[in-house]
Amino acid sequence: MRQALLIDWVLITALGWLLIGVIGVSFPRNFRLISRVLFPLGALCALLLALLALFGVGASPQVRILPLGLPDLPFHLRLDALSAFFLFLLGATAAGISIYAAGYFRKGEGTAPGLQCLLYHIFLTSMAFVMLADDGYSFMVAWESMALSSFLLVTSEHRHAEIRRAGYLYLLVAHIGAVGILLSFGVMAGSAGDYTFDAMRNFSVAGFWPTIAFLLALFGFGAKAGLLPLHIWLPEAHPAAPSPVSAMMSGVMLKTAIYGLLRVSFDLLHAQLWWWGILLLLLGLVTALFGVIFSTVQSDMKRLLAYSSIENIGLIFVGFGLTLIFKSFLLPSLAALALTATLYHCLNHAFFKSLLFLCTGSVLHATRERNLGKLGGLIHRMPWVTWLALIGVLASAGLPPFNGFVSEWLLLQSFLFTSGLPQGYLNMLLPVVAGAVALIAALAGFAMVKFFGIVFLGQPREEKLAQARDAGRLERLGLLWLAVGCVLLGLLPNVVIALLDPVTRLLVGSGLRYTATSHGWWLLAPISEDRASYSPAIFLVSIALFMPLVYWVVRRFYHGRLQRVPAWDCGFPLQTSRMQDTAEGFGQPIRRIFSPFFKRTREHPSPFDTHPRYRSLVEDPFWYWLYLPIARIVEQGTRLIAFLQQGRIAIYLLYSFVTLLTLLVLTRG
Amino acid sequence: MSAVNASLIHAIPLSSQVINLCAAIMLLLGFAMLAQRRVLTLINLFMLQGLVLFISTLIVALTTSQSHLLWSAGLTLLLKVIALPLILHRLIRRLSVKWDIETLLNIPTIMLIGIALVVIAFNVAQPISQLSGTITRATIGIALACVLLAFLMMITRSKAVPQVIAFLAMENGLFFAATSATYGMPMVVELGIALDVMVGMVILGVFFFQIRQQFDSLDIRHMERNKEQ
Repeated sequence: MRQALLIDWVLITALGWLLIGVIGVSFPRNFRLISRVLFPLGALCALLLALLALFGVGASPQVRILPLGLPDLPFHLRLDALSAFFLFLLGATAAGISIYAAGYFRKGEGTAPGLQCLLYHIFLTSMAFVMLADDGYSFMVAWESMALSSFLLVTSEHRHAEIRRAGYLYLLVAHIGAVGILLSFGVMAGSAGDYTFDAMRNFSVAGFWPTIAFLLALFGFGAKAGLLPLHIWLPEAHPAAPSPVSAMMSGVMLKTAIYGLLRVSFDLLHAQLWWWGILLLLLGLVTALFGVIFSTVQSDMKRLLAYSSIENIGLIFVGFGLTLIFKSFLLPSLAALALTATLYHCLNHAFFKSLLFLCTGSVLHATRERNLGKLGGLIHRMPWVTWLALIGVLASAGLPPFNGFVSEWLLLQSFLFTSGLPQGYLNMLLPVVAGAVALIAALAGFAMVKFFGIVFLGQPREEKLAQARDAGRLERLGLLWLAVGCVLLGLLPNVVIALLDPVTRLLVGSGLRYTATSHGWWLLAPISEDRASYSPAIFLVSIALFMPLVYWVVRRFYHGRLQRVPAWDCGFPLQTSRMQDTAEGFGQPIRRIFSPFFKRTREHPSPFDTHPRYRSLVEDPFWYWLYLPIARIVEQGTRLIAFLQQGRIAIYLLYSFVTLLTLLVLTRG
Repeated sequence: MSAVNASLIHAIPLSSQVINLCAAIMLLLGFAMLAQRRVLTLINLFMLQGLVLFISTLIVALTTSQSHLLWSAGLTLLLKVIALPLILHRLIRRLSVKWDIETLLNIPTIMLIGIALVVIAFNVAQPISQLSGTITRATIGIALACVLLAFLMMITRSKAVPQVIAFLAMENGLFFAATSATYGMPMVVELGIALDVMVGMVILGVFFFQIRQQFDSLDIRHMERNKEQ
């Protein structure tokens, strides 16, 4: 009886969000109520959900049927280890974001706060239901309400044409993706016509149909996750949305796509083919490389983070592909390792990316500026945000002892074991992929240095930055929560691996709990101690020891000998903030090295111009390779169809008349 | 059609014969409407068609003692014989198109097409008639023909009022088909349709005035230029 209660509590929490939203919309202009009561309440709900989900990971699957929706089509809901893990991700991240949002939404900005509150909480509830859904119908309902509510949140400042355009693009891609998912469910339900996941599990489709179902699901979920070449909406929609929303979308919503694809490929489909894994691996690799290279050359801080999200999703897909390969070659313990790395990275990315997006939100509020070229030196004005952002940046760059390192290390570890695969070509390919992953990690570090250095270090590039104020108390609390999460996830990897154990057991039939944590809580050794091990505690202690030492040595032996003399000035008689490295300048080497990736237009000023202006625009080549040709074909096709539209009612009537007659005659024949 | 009647005349009782007669009149009225140029006469023909529909439904209701068909018959009488013709009469008086004559191109050709449609309708309706177990099954073909003829009328007219009458006549044919194939649709559906017709009528009435205000005429050929370029 106690077990049956857990899913009910999860449901109550999720519906509690909905209730908060409804209360919010009933008092749309009561700003105090919404920001001081409702959003913190939502954060409390999120915390509760995370706790419940923590219990749910270890519990056996629980089922509930909600009599919602159409008369003969109730919502089937199910809480198993996989959905519980992702609910934990949702709850833990949303707790920080909600409390931050309580301080973030200001009066008189965009949509009425009550409406924002409603949409935000619908967004949360629908994500929870996506993870709980146990039939195609409720999954699609939740999926679409997630897409719609996030679309409305993205366009909350709909007075700007570019934001409307970004929102439209997002909605378009989301809907095309939803069609893929729907078709995939249709294939898996087969001729039985029963869309519950239970029926799909028991019904094995024959022949090439599983592959079709998988590819359709990959297309649909890939569109949501931002997999190449369907990533196009991500760098548009993330900067357009208010920061808590972009944090939510990047941190959690992208993960719902990972959840969906995991659910389809490991739970609903019976057997996995090894080339699915190769496909995912390569797609993920290309996505990650593309994302990271583009993130290094951005000059809008939120776009930079959006491309960095694409990179992380790519890495997650690499791990996913590796899991599929190991699973199809019947190597469960290695599959468990790769899956652990994948899920771990999902969790990590949720924490550090939402932390970084929230930091950009604070910067945006303080300075009204998103352009990296007009920021700088905020470390003096906004110390809280700066130091917390530093944690996020280090985690995102994959440096120990923070969380990003652990998952990337696990991922690389799982690559090291690929030599045991019974496929010659794979053995040759995979080390190359591993090398590329290492390159991506390094470039991600570069992008993060750019982000942090340009925004927070140096001197302010604009005068108005002197008025920048640090984040408010609630905002700080939200940031702190996520930053502490980043640190803890990095320091206690064995706890997280133990948490992930039931999930990997459910999906690939093996877990890392006993092998990895057999050496106590402080030493992580994924397969055996002889091959590789990592102890975050030792790292932390040595960093804590060496940092003051280095600081002391530098001050003692270097600065001590430095003498300040006015003599020669080194050719810099005066230094202004304009002389600092700019965002464009910092990214220039990468832009040079990877120039074939970019579509770039430059405008150089003439030497005699008294007001010289330099403009450089780096664009996504996929617009020109893929999207614009498709748009042109569609336009031409519709022009052909427009020939049918003659404007005469009689002709329109004739169309239906002829159709009717033809159908009648056909049924007769 | 007379061939159908002749072959069945020994087996079927008087009520069925009356229904068949009604069906024949329906078809005849359908042709008459197809060829009619005057708006006023068109409305009167439409009223007659409604009356015939009412009689046939009433007979079906009485002979098969289906109580809901009585309701349908009453509804038909109220709506199609009394209310709609009244509204239409008022409408054409207020729009002063009472004596309008529509320039119909080539009536003989249209009539020929109509005959072809009747043949097709009978051909198509044959398997349905065999499946159906009602006493009125012989008339399914005629009902279908009425629908198609009304549709043809809608296509060939270019003025707004006759088009609406054609639309209403089509609904008559559908109703007749439903009665003859399955003793009518469920009551809820019929009420819904009746409401639809009423609402449609009101909306179209509003539209007439708008169209005339815009173009000084009720000729919908003027609306051709409303298409997207």
